[in-house]
Amino acid sequence: MTFVIKNTLSAAKEPERAILQLVRQYGYSNDSCFAIRLALEEALTNAIKHGNRGDPDKQLTIRVFIGPEEAIIYVADEGAGFEPCSVPDCTTPQRISLPDGRGIMLMKAYLDEVTYSERGNEVRLLKRNN
Amino acid sequence: MAEEQKSHLKITRHQGVCIAEFEDRKILEELSISEIGELLSQIVDSEPDLKLVLSFRNVEHLSSAALGMLINLRSEVREKDGQLKLSNIRPQIYEVFKITKLNKLFEIHDTAAQAMQAFAQPQE
Repeated sequence: MTFVIKNTLSAAKEPERAILQLVRQYGYSNDSCFAIRLALEEALTNAIKHGNRGDPDKQLTIRVFIGPEEAIIYVADEGAGFEPCSVPDCTTPQRISLPDGRGIMLMKAYLDEVTYSERGNEVRLLKRNN
Repeated sequence: MAEEQKSHLKITRHQGVCIAEFEDRKILEELSISEIGELLSQIVDSEPDLKLVLSFRNVEHLSSAALGMLINLRSEVREKDGQLKLSNIRPQIYEVFKITKLNKLFEIHDTAAQAMQAFAQPQE
């Protein structure tokens, strides 16, 4: 299943709804559904706001591979990409009071795998059904 | 107990403490997070030395943007010499606070009543 959508948070609702419906149909646990929803929300927000820099003329491509054992979702933006290692640790005393920078940390904490394309403009999310 | 209804929030005032309960099950979307942030900022601005409890009783999902809004709110409350406590956070959501270590930044109580009682305790 592939979605090509406008670069807006409202356009992201439909693929999000369809993906969650599918994982529920496959009987993923409540905790897994929570994790997928949270990670998807963060990935889509990052792609729209940071990747495509909020440009409404750009698009997102969301590719979805969901089976009974694992769910894999790719979210690609049309931006220049970034270096994931360059994102600072938001839990240090210097940064914990800052309001931003927790999205990638939450995705990594809740999913089994979070990887980025070489350019950094596509994230691959993997959650196993356990 | 005085009660007022604002969009996204139910506000109750009791014994000098303002209890704001999130009405939404999901605090995910940028627009609603921004609206909630503005509503809470208005309360903080209008009441110096505010004692505020934020109840998450209804909240099932929370995004990093919502955490950002809470961090900003904490700063605003402190600037006005107020106090902020969080309550009724279900285990799945508390895990989000733990992962981001925000459970150490915020004072979190099991219930709003316990948070209210804590206001009566002497500050350390």
